[in-house]
Amino acid sequence: MDIRTTGGPATAEEMAAVDSLLGPADSLWSGGERRPADDHVAYGGRSRRSQRHLLLPVLHAIQDRIGWVSRGALEYACRRLSIPPAEAFGVVSFYARFALHDRGPLALHVCDDVACKCAGADEICARLESTVGPAGGAWHRSACLGLCDVAPAALVERSGAAHEERQLGSITFEEADGILRGGAWPREAARPMPRQRGRMLRRIGEYDPDSLDGYLSVGGFEALARARDVGAEAVIREVTDARLLGRGGAAFPTGRKWESVAKAVARPHYLVCNADESEPGTFKDRVLMESDPFAVVEGMAIAAFATGCDKGFVYIRTEYPLARKRIENAIAQTSARGLLDIDIEVRRGAGVYICGEETALFNSIEGKRGEPRNKPPFPVEVGLFGKPTLPNNVETLVNMLDIVVGGGAAFVSIGTKDSSGTRQFCVSGDVERPGLYEVAMGTPLRALLDMAGSHKLQAVLLGGAAGSFLTPEQVDVPLSFEGTRAIGATLGSGAVIVFGETADMKQVLLRIARFFRDESCGQCVPCRVGTKRQEEILERMLASHGGDSRADVMLLSDIAQAMRDASICGLGQTAASAIASGLTQLKVLNG
Amino acid sequence: MADAVFVGMPKRMVGLSIDGRDVEVVEGSTILDACRRMAIDTPTLCQLDNLTPINVCRVCVVELEGSRVLVPACSRKVEAGMKVRTDSKRVRHSRRLVLELLGSSVDMSLCSPEVRGWMARYGAEPDRFGAVATVAQPVKVDNDLYVRDYSRCILCYKCVEACGVDAQNTFAIGVAGRGFDAHISTEFDVGLPDSACVYCGNCIGVCPTGALMFKSEHDMRAAGTWDESAQNVTETVCPYCGVGCMLELHVQDNTIVKVTSPLDHSVTAGHLCVKGRFGFEFVQRRRGE
Ligand SMILES: Cc1cc2nc3c(=O)[nH]c(=O)nc-3n(C[C@H](O)[C@H](O)[C@H](O)COP(=O)(O)O)c2cc1C
Ligand code: SF4
Ligand code: SF4
Ligand code: SF4
Ligand code: FES
Ligand code: FES
Repeated sequence: MDIRTTGGPATAEEMAAVDSLLGPADSLWSGGERRPADDHVAYGGRSRRSQRHLLLPVLHAIQDRIGWVSRGALEYACRRLSIPPAEAFGVVSFYARFALHDRGPLALHVCDDVACKCAGADEICARLESTVGPAGGAWHRSACLGLCDVAPAALVERSGAAHEERQLGSITFEEADGILRGGAWPREAARPMPRQRGRMLRRIGEYDPDSLDGYLSVGGFEALARARDVGAEAVIREVTDARLLGRGGAAFPTGRKWESVAKAVARPHYLVCNADESEPGTFKDRVLMESDPFAVVEGMAIAAFATGCDKGFVYIRTEYPLARKRIENAIAQTSARGLLDIDIEVRRGAGVYICGEETALFNSIEGKRGEPRNKPPFPVEVGLFGKPTLPNNVETLVNMLDIVVGGGAAFVSIGTKDSSGTRQFCVSGDVERPGLYEVAMGTPLRALLDMAGSHKLQAVLLGGAAGSFLTPEQVDVPLSFEGTRAIGATLGSGAVIVFGETADMKQVLLRIARFFRDESCGQCVPCRVGTKRQEEILERMLASHGGDSRADVMLLSDIAQAMRDASICGLGQTAASAIASGLTQLKVLNG
Repeated sequence: MADAVFVGMPKRMVGLSIDGRDVEVVEGSTILDACRRMAIDTPTLCQLDNLTPINVCRVCVVELEGSRVLVPACSRKVEAGMKVRTDSKRVRHSRRLVLELLGSSVDMSLCSPEVRGWMARYGAEPDRFGAVATVAQPVKVDNDLYVRDYSRCILCYKCVEACGVDAQNTFAIGVAGRGFDAHISTEFDVGLPDSACVYCGNCIGVCPTGALMFKSEHDMRAAGTWDESAQNVTETVCPYCGVGCMLELHVQDNTIVKVTSPLDHSVTAGHLCVKGRFGFEFVQRRRGE
């Protein structure tokens, strides 16, 4: 393909950023200097195009170093990787992480999502608006940053040769304002210990998460050794007997998935650990990766062993720098010690929720727009790079350690008949003790709320933005897949956002509508236009006082049905559920 | 004796039922192919026989027994024993909503009469959403050959496919942005003369909405002189090279106003190059001018 670039040349620093990843350009054909031989021989073709999957890492390198992606920088990247500029522009403009104009080196992302809203994020944003100016310059409103247990949260970063970033918790207006005035950054957000632990969280705090020896001293890698002893088929049998359902939100039987991948004929097989965790109110995978990173790596090693995967990827949302660092370190130490059979690569998300959907995630790793694929074919047959792929959530993989060591039978002794094991619940919002709770499946929501200290309850949002609202009358529901299904709710990602009497539920509903409008990939009509109309109609309804809203309720339900029935992926299919449940369950319309 | 000629594996037939009637089609067909065999008119916007199915518009959805959600007829392959409904309440609802949601945000007035027929059939009333955000924007006129009016664009991805691997392999345009802000764009939205565009016009050939249009047509519409009833279509073969592309010259008042090629033509599959598509000026250079 003939790549035409008509923008200005990249600056030396931009080229250095790209070269830091790809090495120097070796010929005119890859964007380098003209050498005499280049007039006679063209280099490139398939070998260069096959590096397409490096587009996102290259864009991160540019963004980290320069603070934005200029036309010259993008075109240089295109020459290096043999990507048509229009297509690369489609990619860079898809991801919220990449800026397309120079907005200075400093960026402060203030979370104004549901849990932080309950903790006063709106006031911080309003005061920033009046003192610093509207969002979009040096500060930005952000969807959930996965720090809801220390809300209100923010993420600050400074681009440059030494890119710095820091996750901030319990942030105040004064601190945010100080950062934007060039002041020192507040300390890294606190990392509260899990509030309630079962087997799975037992190692947290028991060893230094940066040390492989520490992990080995608490029994690390015994599960992998046992898996190798009993063999791949036996491992899959235990996983099937454990009746484990995926913890990423879709609750698919893990054993079935593993079996399909193991049996898939095409090669290679890929393993993808989904650590994109962007469901508002969810932070369990972050805690696991930050505090027990070796267990995640061991879980991946077991999965790869059992299903014959030749290569693994961990896709971690970019807003989790500490988790990324710990996982990278855990992989490096483990493979240096010869404990890993496969190569595991860490890939960094780029600020869009939809990339948590498994097929969008594959496209993202491949260097494309994170647009979900139509299914079938399913990932176990045609996944990453078109090959059989095993996508699993972080929590799902960490569960493997106990399943392999203790056996499937022991695993099902905890939990309910249809929901085995324990589950991580991320409790946030108006509670005394927000944080991570590991409880047996089937524990009543009320017990969880009591542990977390909830008073004067108005509502609970169970399962995040893709979940639904429960009223105080419904909190006796058992937290199991079947228990929540029976009342038309879902456990989803394990997010439990609690709203006290004073929470402004109208604002919460509007925020959720904005979330989906913002995060729709835009591919299919029901979701692209439906989420937009849903937001507009909701704004209109909640702004009017008293008036007759029956026509609008009707419109919303019409849109909801089409999004549920005709959207390509789970985002569109669930984009109306929280709002519909909010409008029927909560008293938001008559005031 | 001549060598044996490999004619490919024999194709199996697959039986399924659509709207209660049984039908057999060759394996690898889509539900849409099967519907067409049975003369069931199925709306489509992003599907075209000469492009890879991309299943983004969702107007072709049908109900498939055993599936929680509706499935796109244009890309879902038939399987033995499938039970499909193409006119259930759920199907009609989603088709209606897709057409309404599009109609509420995009100027669809230049879509084919077929599209207007579907809107009527499914009772689409885009106006019921009230005053809402649209993709309205000025027409992009940056070259002498064709214009881009993205206020008409339904984002069917067809032009991107035609410009990319399905025909042209030029990759001058792509989908940029996300969600409701997603749009068709060159890199950094530069004008076509600065982009990789080679003016083959294959994107115009596949665009179902009039968003991409010959400049001649655009100018005549602006002047109020565009009149399809006064046009003749003359079929001929492109005079430039030896490939032998079939051209359809659309002629009004003895002047060529646009050039197309039939989608089902064995040589072109509807696609041309800049010479066949736009190189017709010499024909109308009349003596004395
Ligand atoms: C919009 C959307 C976002 C998702 N986000 C995540 C996510 O952040 N993490 C995750 O593990 N799964 C997420 N999923 C579910 C994945 O598609 C997939 O089902 C899961 O990773 C499979 O792993 P499991 O079987 O271990 O649960 C998401 C799904 C959708 C539709
Ligand atoms: S449902 Fe929404 S997020 Fe999913 S593919 Fe369609 S537009 Fe994209
Ligand atoms: S005219 Fe041809 S090259 Fe130009 S954008 Fe259209 S399809 Fe691509
Ligand atoms: S310009 Fe035309 S072909 Fe391209 S996406 Fe829009 S409507 Fe479809
Ligand atoms: S970090 Fe703000 S809502 Fe999760
Ligand atoms: S025609 Fe099938 S989804 Fe567009």
